[in-house]
Parts: sequence; C-alpha cells; structure tokens
Amino acid sequence: MPDGQAFLEVKDLKIHFPTDDGVVRSVDGLTFKLERGKTLGIVGESGSGKSVTSLGIRGIYNHRNSKISGEIWLDGKEIVSASQDDVRKLRGNQMAMIFQDPLSAMHPYYTVGHQIVEAYRVHHNVSKKVARKHAVDMLGRVGIPQPDRRVDDYPHQFSGGMRQRAMIAMALVNDPQLLIADEPTTALDVTVQAQIMDLMHDLQAEFNSALIVITHDLGVVAELADDVLVMYGGRCIEYASAATIFERPEHPYTWGLLGSMPRMDRPVQERLVPIAGSPPSLINLPKGCAFSPRCVYEERTGGLGTTVAPELTRAGGTNHLVRCHLPTEERQRLWVEEVKPKLEA
Amino acid sequence: MITYIIRRLFAAVVLLFIISAATFGIFYLIPRLVGATPETLATRYVGRAATPETVHLIAEKLGFYDPLWLQYGRWVKAIFTGADYNLGATVEHCPAPCFGYSFITKQPVWPELIDRLPVTLSLAVGAAILWLVLGLSIGTLSALRRGSFLDRAAMTFSLAGVSMPIFFTGMVSLLVFSYTLDWTAPGGSYTPFTESPSEWAYALLLPWLVLALQFSAQYARLTRAGMLETMGEDYIRTARAKGLKERDVNVKHGLRAALTPILTIFGLDFGLLLGGAVLTEQVFSLPGLGKYAVDAITNNDLPKVLGVTLMAAFFVVVANLIVDLLYAVVDPRVRLG
Amino acid sequence: MRKSRALVAGAAALALTLSAAACGGSDDKGSDNSGGAKPEFNAALTQVFNPSDKKGGTIRLANSGDWDTLDPGETYYGYSWNFLRLYGRGLLMFKPVPGAEGNTVTPDLAEGLGTPSDGGKTWTYKIRKGVKFEDGTEVTSKDVKYAVLRSIDKETFPNGPAYFEGFLNLPEGYKGPYKSKGVNTDSAITTPDDQTIVFHLKQAFGGFDYFAALPQTVPVPEAKDTGAKYKEHVVSTGPYKFETNELGKSFKLVRNDKWDAATDPNRKALPDAYEVQLNVNADDIDNRLLSGDLDVDVVGTGVQPATLGRVVGDPTLKASTDNPTLARLWYTSINPTVAPLDNVDCRKAIEYAADKVGYQTAYGGPLAGGDITGTILPPMIPGYEKFDLYPSADGTGDVAKAKEHLAACGQPNGFETNIAYRAERPKEKATAEALQQSLARVGIKLTLKPFPQGDYFSQYAGNPPYVKNNKLGLNLNGWGADWNDGFGFLSQIVDSRVIRETGGSSNTSVRIPEVDQLLDKASSETDAAKRDAYWAQIDKRVMEEAVILPGVTAKSLLIRPKTLSNVFVSDAYNMYDYLSLGVA
Ligand SMILES: Nc1ncnc2c1ncn2[C@@H]1O[C@H](COP(=O)(O)OP(=O)(O)OP(=O)(O)O)[C@@H](O)[C@H]1O
Ligand code: SF4
Ligand SMILES: [Mg+2]
Repeated sequence: MPDGQAFLEVKDLKIHFPTDDGVVRSVDGLTFKLERGKTLGIVGESGSGKSVTSLGIRGIYNHRNSKISGEIWLDGKEIVSASQDDVRKLRGNQMAMIFQDPLSAMHPYYTVGHQIVEAYRVHHNVSKKVARKHAVDMLGRVGIPQPDRRVDDYPHQFSGGMRQRAMIAMALVNDPQLLIADEPTTALDVTVQAQIMDLMHDLQAEFNSALIVITHDLGVVAELADDVLVMYGGRCIEYASAATIFERPEHPYTWGLLGSMPRMDRPVQERLVPIAGSPPSLINLPKGCAFSPRCVYEERTGGLGTTVAPELTRAGGTNHLVRCHLPTEERQRLWVEEVKPKLEA
Repeated sequence: MITYIIRRLFAAVVLLFIISAATFGIFYLIPRLVGATPETLATRYVGRAATPETVHLIAEKLGFYDPLWLQYGRWVKAIFTGADYNLGATVEHCPAPCFGYSFITKQPVWPELIDRLPVTLSLAVGAAILWLVLGLSIGTLSALRRGSFLDRAAMTFSLAGVSMPIFFTGMVSLLVFSYTLDWTAPGGSYTPFTESPSEWAYALLLPWLVLALQFSAQYARLTRAGMLETMGEDYIRTARAKGLKERDVNVKHGLRAALTPILTIFGLDFGLLLGGAVLTEQVFSLPGLGKYAVDAITNNDLPKVLGVTLMAAFFVVVANLIVDLLYAVVDPRVRLG
Repeated sequence: MRKSRALVAGAAALALTLSAAACGGSDDKGSDNSGGAKPEFNAALTQVFNPSDKKGGTIRLANSGDWDTLDPGETYYGYSWNFLRLYGRGLLMFKPVPGAEGNTVTPDLAEGLGTPSDGGKTWTYKIRKGVKFEDGTEVTSKDVKYAVLRSIDKETFPNGPAYFEGFLNLPEGYKGPYKSKGVNTDSAITTPDDQTIVFHLKQAFGGFDYFAALPQTVPVPEAKDTGAKYKEHVVSTGPYKFETNELGKSFKLVRNDKWDAATDPNRKALPDAYEVQLNVNADDIDNRLLSGDLDVDVVGTGVQPATLGRVVGDPTLKASTDNPTLARLWYTSINPTVAPLDNVDCRKAIEYAADKVGYQTAYGGPLAGGDITGTILPPMIPGYEKFDLYPSADGTGDVAKAKEHLAACGQPNGFETNIAYRAERPKEKATAEALQQSLARVGIKLTLKPFPQGDYFSQYAGNPPYVKNNKLGLNLNGWGADWNDGFGFLSQIVDSRVIRETGGSSNTSVRIPEVDQLLDKASSETDAAKRDAYWAQIDKRVMEEAVILPGVTAKSLLIRPKTLSNVFVSDAYNMYDYLSLGVA
C-alpha cells in the first residue's frame, strides 16, 4: 500500500452518462477518504449523485453508456482500472451493500436463506449445507428470532424490519470491509429505523468495517457518521467531520439541509423548511456556482456566484472543505448570527 | 392443495360437459332454428343422386327425428356405455368411451383422436422446445443489449415473424427447403416416432421451425418486455451487489422473474396447440388433430367435429389448470392454502 | 413500422422468386421424351405422352380430401371410378386409350358387351373364365349379382349411384341382401350358371352397357363382405390389391399375383405399386407436382388458383400442362313459372342479352373457366352437335335482337326479376353480377338472391313453389354427367318428371312434354348410333324453348407428371387415365 493511503480513497471520480439530450454529469470530480471502522455519511437531495457514486465504487456501470474517470483505491487496489470480473469478485465480498427498500431488493421467488446462501457461495467455495449454516448464524446475529426456521421463508413472509435485518445479514455474510448503505432506513417506520441504525452501528464496531451511509436524512448521519460529505449537482460542496457539519457548517446549501432536518423537539408542522427551488439539471449546471439560483446569499459574492464556479477550499473546521465564494469569516458569521438562531428558534 | 386440485378437476369436468352441450347445440340446434329439417340435415350424409326415400332413411338412422335432448342424451350415454352401429352386413360396437361415430367414414371418433394425438403432440412439443429456446434467448439478449443492432434486428425479425401467417411461411419454406433445395421432407411425410425416430424428426423439422418461428417471434417480444421490466427491479441491483456473475444475474434473477407471466401464456398456447395446430398441420398435411378438425369441418362430419372440439377444449382446460398450479409453484407469493 | 412492412414485402418477393426458381429448376428434371408427343401444352390431350412398356416403380398420388369411399358399391366420383379399375373389374369398362375412343365401353370381366333381348328389357353378360379374387377363388356371376344387390342398400351405402334400383325389376320392398335376407331376387337378376348373369329391367333401357360399366358390378365375395366396413378391406380382382389402408391418411396398392394378364385385354399393369396420400394440402400438391415430388393429383380437377396464375404467366410451365374439357356445364335456368318469363320471347331476350364472355371470365377465363357454349351438351358426349340458336358476334350478346324479342314479349322497356345463386360460390356471384350488368343493357333488371348451397335445391332454387312465390326468374346451375353419354348428361336436367314439388331437383326450369317423350325413346333404343342421334335433337328442342342459358363447358388445367410414361387424358373421365400410367 502506498504510504499514507487510507483504506478507501476516491480521487477526482467522474461518472458521466452521454445521452441523447446531452452528457449527464452525475458525479463530477469527487474526492474523499474513509478508514476502517469509520463511517462516512453522504447527504444531498434526490438526484445529487449519491447512488451513482456508490455504483462507481462497486464497479457497477455499463461501459457502453457511461464514462468513468478518476481513481478509487480500496485497500490498495485500484478499482476504476481493474477488470470487470476482478471488481465483481470484490463485490459482496470486500464491499457489501444495503438497500433502501428491502421488499423490492430481495428476489420474491427465492427464500431468504437461498439468497443469503447464494451471496455466500459466490465468494466461498463451500457446500450449500455449510453456506446454509452460515446463513442461519447470520440471521441470528442480525436479530431474526428462530433463524433456523425463518431461513426458509420467502421475503414476503417477513416484516419490513425483519427484511432489512435479512438484507444486512446478506450484506455481512462475507465479512465485508466496506459496507455501503443506500437509504437503509427510509422505508421503515421510526422505531424500526432506530433499531436498524443501532444494529448497523453495533455490527460495524464488531466487524471493524468502513461504512458509507447514503441518505438525505441528516438524522441518520448524525446518528452514525464520523465524517459527512454533502453533495450537490454531482459535486462535493462541503466535507467535514460530523461534528463540524452539525456545529459550524459553512455552506448555504448545508444550512438549508439542516433547516429541513426533522427534529424530535419541534412540532411537526414547523419541522421541515424545504430549500426553495429545485435541484439543478446535471446536463446544464447553472453558470458559476451550481447552487446560485437557489442561494439567498448569492448577491453577497458580488456577481461571482453566477459567473465563476467556486473551488472546494479549506474552511474553518479541521479538514473542513467548502465550495463557496463567500469568505470563511463571513460564512462563520452568517451561521452564528443569522442561520443558527433561526434553526433553533 | 389436494382439495384445491380436486375441486379444479371437478370444475373442469363440468366445464367440459357444458362445452359439449354448447357444441352440440351449435351444430345440431342452430341449423334447426334457422329452418333445417331432419331431411335437410340428412342430405349432408347422402350422395348426390339420393332419392327422398334414401334421405328419409338416413335421417331416421341418424336419429334426426328425435328431440334434441334425446340425441344429446344418446351421445352422452355412448361415452359411458358405448354404442352399436349397424353397418349392413355387420354391426360395429363403439366401445366406451364412445365420443361419437362418424357416419361418413364409418369410424368411431375416439380411436381416431387417440391415433392423431401423437402427431399433434410431436409437432407441439418439438415446436415448443424450439420456440422457447429461440424466443427466450433472443428476447433475453435483446433486452440485455437494448437498442443495439442485435436488438433492433431481432425485434424487426420478430415483428415480421408475428405478422407473417403460417400458410405463407409454411408454403414458402416448403418451396425453398423441400422442393428447391431438397433439404427437408416434402409435405405429408409424417412417420411415427415408434417407426423411425430419424424419419419422424426429418418430416417434422420444417413444421417445427415454421411453427416455432411464429411463436418464438411472439415469445421473443414477450421475453424482451418482461426482461426489460425485471432488469430494472431492485432485486437485480441486489444480485449484482452480491457479486454474482452477470450471467447468473440475468438468468437466475432476471429471466426467472420474467418467465412467470410467459408461463401463463405458454400454458394456454400449448394447450391450444394440443387441440390441433390447424394451420401448420394443414400446410404440411400432417395427420394431427388440427388437420382432423379441418377435414371434419370440410366434410360436414359432425360427430368428428364435436369430438375434436371437445378434445381441444379438454386440453385448454387442463393446460389452464396446470398453469394455475405451476404458477403457485413458481411464484411463492401466490401459494394456495 | 415502415421497416417491418418493407421486410414483409421483401419476404413475399423472395418467395415469388424462389417459387419461380423452383419451377425453373424442376424443368431440368423433366423427362426427355423419346417418341410420342413433345412436352408442349396439351401434349397428352389426344395422344399418349411418353409411351413405354417399362415395368416397375411406384406411382405417387395425392388427394386433397378423403377418398369418398374405396367400396366399388358406393363410390361416386369420376376419379375414383378411373382409379378403381386398378383393383376391381366390373362387367364392362371405359377403354383405356386416348381420344374419343376412350369414351366407349369395352368388355372387362364380361367377355363381350351386353346382349339385349325383350326389346332392351333384358341384358345378358357372359363372364370370363379364370378371373380370380386376390385370395385365389374364382369369380362367378353370383359374386357380381351379390355386388349389385348390396349396393342397393341405401341405408348402408347412402352415397352410391341409384341406377340399378331405379331400373332393375326388384321385388316390392326389396332393401338389399342385408335386410331382405333370403328374398328371391330372380325377377331382377338371374345367374343361370357361374359364367352368365342376366339383368331384368322394369322398362327397356338401351344404354344398359353404361350401367354394366359402373363399379357396382365389380364382384364382391359375400363371405368377405362387411357392409359399410368393406371399404377398409376391398377384395381385389384387378392387377393390384391393397397392402395398407390407413383411413383418412394413405393407402398403398401392390401387385395382385392372382391377377392373370391372359384374362385381361385392357390392363398393362406397368408400375409395381401405387401410393396414395389422403387429405393433403391442395397447394402443396401443386408444388410437389411441379417439383416432381409427386406424380398425380388424383382428384383430377386441376390446379389451385395460385398455381393457375403462375402457369398462365410462364410458357415453360404451361408446356407441362394439359387443359381438357370436362363434361360439366355451368348454366342458368330460366324459369317459365315466373312471369313474364312464361313468355318465350322474354326468355329469348335473356338468351340474346347475356354476355357469355362475362360468364366465362366469372368462371376463371378460357383456361380454367371453360369454353363459351350455345349447347347444353358438352362436346365429348357422343351425338353432340355444335350449334348456337342465339348467336352474337363476339360472345358478348346481341342487344338489338334482345330488344326485338322484348318487344315481341310485350315488355319493350324490359322487366324486373330475381337471380338466385349459391352464396358460398364466388364464381356464381360473379356470374350473377355479370348477367345483371349485361341484361341491364336492355332494361332487364336483376336482383341478386344468394342462398346457402346446402339447401339450394331442396328449399330454394330447386323448390318449385318457392321459385314461383319468390319470383326467382333465373337461377345459376351446373351439371356434370355420371358418365359421358346423352342419357347420363341430360336425364337429370331436362326431364320434367324429375321435378319434385317438395324440392330437391337439379332441373328447375325444363318442362317440355316433347322432350320427355324423346328421352323415353332414346333411353329404350338399344342401337347406340340411333340413340346418340336423339341427344342433339333434345338439346336443340330445349334451347328453342330458351329455358336454359348455357354458359361455359368447364375445363381444368392438369399438371402432366414428368416422371411417368403412358400419360394421356381419358375422354371418359376427362383427367389422366390412371390405368395406363407407368414409371418412366
Ligand atoms: N444510466 C444513467 N444514464 C443517465 N443518467 C443517469 C444514469 N444513472 C443515473 N443517472 C442520473 O444521475 C443523477 C444522479 O442519480 P443518483 O441515483 O445518483 O441520485 P441520488 O443522489 O442517489 O438520488 P436519490 O436520493 O433520489 O436516490 C440523476 O439525475 C440520474 O438521472
Ligand atoms: S458561492 Fe455564492 S451562490 Fe454559491 S453557495 Fe456560496 S454564496 Fe451561495
Ligand atoms: Mg439514490
């Protein structure tokens, strides 16, 4: 391993889809790191490129309709330039995935056990019996009661929370070092959400794996993440430790996200303050700063916001990066004086 | 499950009786309603020089003067007890199950149906294997390489296949492959499998291909549509995330799910086909149930028409039942109590 | 969408090219005929094509339907009678030679033609010695008598011809040997010895030799008779016997070693076997004939419309066909029971106004439709005379003459009437429309009345009260003879006594007492030449009354088998003679 390299390192990752209407720049120059045992939260509105990033890391893209560039190092292996089959062998084994809707994410015609056994046997040359024992163990570990019986149930015979547990069991059956959870709790009700998050937290600690949690729910991030990467229009616009993001965020978009974050201590009707305007087109990003059409502070940049694209630059916190023309001091001042009080009001 | 099957079987038998009564009605009652007399019905069974006495004699012999319910009752009774038919010098016993007796060919219908079933069965099974293999693989490949040259070529071909009638493709392929190139057997050269498997296959090759062409075109389109839908499902994403080989993702997860609706259609198609691949058998002069039906209709041989209609109905009903049962096996979500 | 259409069109074009290639290709396989006629259009019509005495080989035949029945007592199709001579020997038969001579009867099982006595009421035949059934037993006059009597049982054989029961002096209420067991039938047929059979008729009938040529005189051994099932195991007396008989599918004839050529002056028996496939797709039959995969379309009614189109457009293809005239007339009955057609001039106006070219076109043109005719009799009937009482320059009708007759009839501006035809027959519909147009030229307005063909004669056009009440002034009609002589052709369509008030007769319009008398005279005349002279006389008399509008005498287009020898059209059956064929 080249010295100083993290367990997972993504450098200038670009994933573009040429279409009839133009090139969709779903991910456009993304860079981040993640160590074993740590959790990265990727947040952003719908269509900001979170899932495509995950696809890129897992090497699931079609070379005929997509263009990928940059580097992804997983435990010292470069994935972008690796052969499709090499990456496939990593999938489910070194890196596993937990999906949003566990009902549709499991095949309706196969038993839960069958699907876990299949996941195990792709990467381990063992008999079905051995694999099945593993599957039962795994189901037990994710908290499915009577796993030796439920292993032969079909997904539709499981409740939503059990299904998500089963999905997690399937993801963890090969001891992956990197776990990517894409909206792991969105489809679940609140109590189950909490249980699942606890479970992931515990399991991550137990397996010492790196975890990427993709979500637009900052609550989940607050619960699980060590670092947070905020995406907008296929790019990173703020990247910092979770503590920094929640305590002294500097990007107006992040502020907006925090404003729309559900909080237990407020009455329902006030909870959500959606960011005005709609997400940008990934084919024609707005000139200058991609967020400028929706940014209330745009005029403070003296026209720069609509003409020059801001770079990702160091900001106030440690290892804190922000993509905004406003000077750090002004951002910190705005946060403290204007934004934070409103959020807490 | 068992009680369900029994219930369904019982319903099937009842349905067949209803169909038999309806068919009987269509062929015997409707002509009467539009003014046919027992004599005019009987003229279909006599020669062109028949005297009124002959016509009367035959109408009497065939029981056309009896009320319709009695005629139907006789027909049903013969199924269970058999019946005797006077042939002049001899009396022929039509043993149970006596599904009618043809006064034109002087043959009981049932043994003829049984005799012709293997032909249709051979044709249907061979063609079905071909069209499933062709249709499923072309459809799957097209779906996986959607928009590619292969996809567009396959879909154009299949549109042509669907829209070209069998008597056209059949005649043309006979002309080309049998009569010009001499590669395949000419029409009407069916040999039973038990006599010579190689000649059986040789004679059926072209009919298989022609029939399979028609169906595989349709199945390719169905499979493609089904695959496009399932390949967008979340569980396919999961399968990939597990690190499954692409082939396994496509076949075990994608095709498997796409197959379920195709199974239903296949069951019905196959059931219908067992009742007689009418056009194919006609074009290739194969002595199967379809040809039998066509010949029976051409000759106005009502007992045969009735018999073969029932046979066809039987296969459709049974195919339906099997599809329903298989559906439960294939899709655990519709398991029955 | 556009692309796929182009593809289909392309495929169709490809099919046509290939089929053309198929025909072209098959021409190379054509026989190089040594001697006999050149392979040209109609080469086998009046002479032997490819004459040869070579024995051996198998002739392959196909039938687009089922055989009506192989039982000689019941079969009632010309092709079947033609073919039956291979496995059955009746008292007499039609001579297997080309040209008009082929339409004459010649002794077969009998030693000579019938000897009439009692003014034609009694007919005696001597049976050859040494003729055997396929099991070796010798044929006697009793086997012939039994065969004829059993064919009378119409409950068992409802499809067979009914000449014998009509003419033989059978005991009252006789129903055939199955039901009237033990009844003495000597009043009808006597067999004074094994070699003699004598038929006793109710009335004199001069043409009895034609009856003696019916397959119903082919001997049937009583011990082997299974009634309606006999057709499955016919006992042969000819040079071939049944090896296999798969009902509705196929049968095969092979040599009958009990047949003795010395007893048989007519049969060459060249091939070793005949294979017949049944219920074969008609279009496929044509293609196989053209490619040489099949020898004979046994039904002998000619090619399918698709093939006809190809033949007409391709001279090389046409050269391998024959176009015989059939003993079948397509005509229109003019019913004098419907006013104003009760007036002969109104009927004549129709005869003149009709466009016969249109008639011919409706039936498929000169090649497949037939020849325009002014007579009822087709030309191959002995005694036929060519004439046309209502001629027109080019066959399209004489409008001026028609108007003259309309005036004479008191309907100078024309009149209205109905024309009936069989709804299932597009050719009859086209004819009705052609007549509608041509008669409209003189003001005769026709209304088209289609009827279902199953009940056409019994309920509608052949039902006199219905015709009268519904004013069916005209009705389309057609007739083919059971055999090619005047009696066979005319008796069912011009004899007023066959008309039944309850319906069912083919004769719908001819009620001329003089014609009935002429028919009686002719039928009792035992001298063939004198008898034949009557037919033309009757023909003219009916035409004078203008109760029949003759349209066309039918023709068929046959594909000549290239792989066979001794090919010629039989004038008796108007298709290839199946008795003489050999494998080249
Ligand atoms: N194969 C593809 N071809 C073209 N565009 C694509 C393709 N895959 C993804 N995209 C586009 O990339 C953009 C990012 O999609 P992605 O699924 O990563 O969003 P996301 O951030 O995960 O959103 P969500 O929160 O709704 O899951 C979307 O606009 C999407 O339409
Ligand atoms: S650059 Fe300007 S427009 Fe963009 S986020 Fe910063 S302030 Fe807003
Ligand atoms: Mg997503």
